[in-house]
Amino acid sequence: MSRQWSIIGNQGFEFMGGINASISHEIKNVLAIINENAGLLEDFTFMVDRGMPIDPERLKSLAGKIQHQIKRADGIVKNMNRFAHSVDESCKNVELGEILDFVAALSARLIINRGVTLDIDSNAEPVVVMTNPFLLENLIWLCIDFAMDMTGDGKTIGVSCKKTPRGAEIKLSELDGFGSMTAADFPNEREKAFLEALDGEMTICRETGEILLVLPETIKAGR
Amino acid sequence: MRVILIDDEEELVSTLAERLSFRGIDADWVTNGDEALKQLDEASYDIAIVDVKMPGISGIQLKRMMAAKCPEMRFIFVTGHGSEEDFKEGSEEAGGEGFYLVKPVEIEDLVNKFDEILKATGAES
Repeated sequence: MSRQWSIIGNQGFEFMGGINASISHEIKNVLAIINENAGLLEDFTFMVDRGMPIDPERLKSLAGKIQHQIKRADGIVKNMNRFAHSVDESCKNVELGEILDFVAALSARLIINRGVTLDIDSNAEPVVVMTNPFLLENLIWLCIDFAMDMTGDGKTIGVSCKKTPRGAEIKLSELDGFGSMTAADFPNEREKAFLEALDGEMTICRETGEILLVLPETIKAGR
Repeated sequence: MRVILIDDEEELVSTLAERLSFRGIDADWVTNGDEALKQLDEASYDIAIVDVKMPGISGIQLKRMMAAKCPEMRFIFVTGHGSEEDFKEGSEEAGGEGFYLVKPVEIEDLVNKFDEILKATGAES
């Protein structure tokens, strides 16, 4: 195995592990809320047994809260399943706006815990490229992770994508910590391995605080 | 007994606080570390139940800050994560493995834990 694919393999496991931890944390929170709501419902039944009146609106509200958490869990599990299947095909058409939303949803807990907000421009026209979905998801996450280090707690990172004559471009903007960064920081060997695999390029613009990820319309076969 | 619940999942802490009140425990709740520290200026608490992973100030950092303000206060960590590293750090900070609980937590276990802490510190509920 080449050094490039060894790096990608190791990082891929790390990415899978990190996202799984994030998702399991979210599911645990949902279960904890359902557990408390069910417990409250049980508390109410004990009160009724003791002759204390319970407002039916409280029960209705509790049922609504439980249903809301079930929908939340369903969304989390759907994303988890989609993520697991993103390794199925090494080359397929992906819509970049959709994949940005997806990576943000997958890593929501990791992003929230860092105190950062992602402002994803989802009004853009569909931007479709033929690429390796799992490697792209991983590279997008590495960019977001680095961007969070640059911006810090309480800040917002702009994320957008657009079509270009040769393919497409993903932009992370409003990064205001580039002053302290050296050229060796990013992209480093790890990101370069992904860029090579995706036939992509990355440009860091310190003056405007932007990361530009340039992707071809179609990656070379066999990636 | 007075406790404060700190977790960024508002529905979780508000519901748990209501259930604790049915069991005769006076419980306040906040959803982040900054609010928790402010709350300590308003009221005193016997026990804080702290989520380990929160935006802004982490649970472990918050515990250290709260303990500096209120040395008598005791802590229980709760978490959705179950990593060994988190468990070790959280248990050490809280003063024992029994004070690091993984969600979902059964309320009776939590109430028993309160009693255990109060007995150990010589206070009464």
